[in-house]
Amino acid sequence: MKQISIFEKAGAFAENKDVARDIRTREIFPTLANGEEIVLDFEQVDAATQSFIHALISDVLRRLGNDALDRIAFKSCNDTVKKVINIVIGYMQEGMGAGGPEG
Amino acid sequence: MKVHIPNSAFLGNIDPFLRSFDPSSPETLEITANDKWIAVHPIVLSMIAALGLTIKGDNILCEKFEAKSKHYLARMGLFEFLKVPSGINFVEHESAGRFIPLTQIRTSDELTRFITEMIPLLHLEPEPSKTIGYIVSELARNVIEHAETEHGAVLCAQYYKKSNSIRIGIADTGVGIKETINRSHAAPTDLDAIRLALWPGITGTTRREGGTEQNAGAGLFFIKSIASVNRDFFVIYSGRGFYKLLKRPAGSRIRLHADPFEDRHSKETDLPAWRGTIVGADITLDQTAEFSSLLDAVGNTYQAAVRDRVKARFKKARFI
Repeated sequence: MKQISIFEKAGAFAENKDVARDIRTREIFPTLANGEEIVLDFEQVDAATQSFIHALISDVLRRLGNDALDRIAFKSCNDTVKKVINIVIGYMQEGMGAGGPEG
Repeated sequence: MKVHIPNSAFLGNIDPFLRSFDPSSPETLEITANDKWIAVHPIVLSMIAALGLTIKGDNILCEKFEAKSKHYLARMGLFEFLKVPSGINFVEHESAGRFIPLTQIRTSDELTRFITEMIPLLHLEPEPSKTIGYIVSELARNVIEHAETEHGAVLCAQYYKKSNSIRIGIADTGVGIKETINRSHAAPTDLDAIRLALWPGITGTTRREGGTEQNAGAGLFFIKSIASVNRDFFVIYSGRGFYKLLKRPAGSRIRLHADPFEDRHSKETDLPAWRGTIVGADITLDQTAEFSSLLDAVGNTYQAAVRDRVKARFKKARFI
C-alpha cells in the first residue's frame, strides 16, 4: 500500500491543479496499475478546492470506473475536505451513469 | 479607450460605470476621475490596471487627480501599474489587515505563492480566510487556463471595516467567456455564454459530463453559491454581457440554483464590449456561513444538475 501526503505536495490549502495532475499521473495511476492500494493522506490540509480534487481523482474514476474507489483511501480529511471529495465523486458517478470505466 | 472613475462605483451601483467605458481606440487609454471624491470597488481598479497592461509605450493619458481620496488609488498601486506618475506623496502604511494591492498573476505557481503569502495579510479568521482563498484560486485559475492572455489576471482586494466585508475584483483582457464556451456549447450571445459558464458542470473544454481530467466547469458556480448563501453581490462581465447576482432578502430561505437566471439577478446584453472577463465579489465576514455547510448545498445542487442533464439526453421509447 502506498501513502501520499497531500500536505507535502500541495500545502495546507490544496488548490494547485498542476500538483494534483502530477500526483494523479505519477502516483495514483501507476500504483493502481500495479494492483496496489493507495492512501491519499490529507493530514494538515485545511482546505482543498473542488478543482484540485477534480484534477486529482476524476480521471481515475472515469478510466477505471468507480471500483477504483475500493483501492483508494482518503485519510485524515477534515469535514470540508471530505465534502469536496464527496461532491466530486458524486457528480462523476452521476455523470458516468452505471459507474463503469469509459471504453 | 476611455475610463472615467466616478464618485462611487461598488457592485450594487457598478452598472453606470461599466456603461460609461469607451472601448474604442484600443491602442490608447485615457483615464479621468471625479474631482471631489472617489470611492470605488476593487473591480474598478483591476479593470483599469488590466487595460493598462495592454497599452504600449506612453499611450496612457492619466489626468492629474484632484479628489482627496486619490491617495487610495496610489496606495492600491494603480499608478505604478500604469507606469504613470501620480504626483502623490504618501507614507506607505503596513498593508496587513486592510487590503491586497493590485497584483498580476500569470502562472499557476504565482497564484499558489499569492494565496500563501497575500491572503494571510488580510488577517482573517480561518473560515473566511478559506473562503477568500477559494474564490481567488478558482477565479485566477480560470484566467490562467482559459483566457489565453500573456497578461494573466489582475486582482486586488479591500477590507471594509464598517461593513466587515472583503471586496475582490479580478480582471483579464483575454478571449472572453463566449469564445471559450462556444468551443463545446452553443452560446449565441455573451450573456448566453455567461449563463452557461455559471451552470455547474458546463465547461468550454468539453461537452462530456464530468468535464475533462483537469476541468469540471464548477468554479464559477461555487463562487456564485458562496455569494448567494452569504447574501452578497457577485458580478461577471464579459464581452457585452453582464450578470449581477443580487442580494437575497434577509430571512429568505437559502436555495441554490443551477440556472443563474433562477437566482435573484440583473443582466445586460449591450454593455460596451470588454475584451476578456471581469469578476467582482463581496464577502460579508460576519455572516459568512460555515464553508462546510455551504458545501452540502452546493453538492446537492450540482448532482441534481448533472442528473437532469443526463436525463435530458435519455432516448424515449417510440410507441406506435
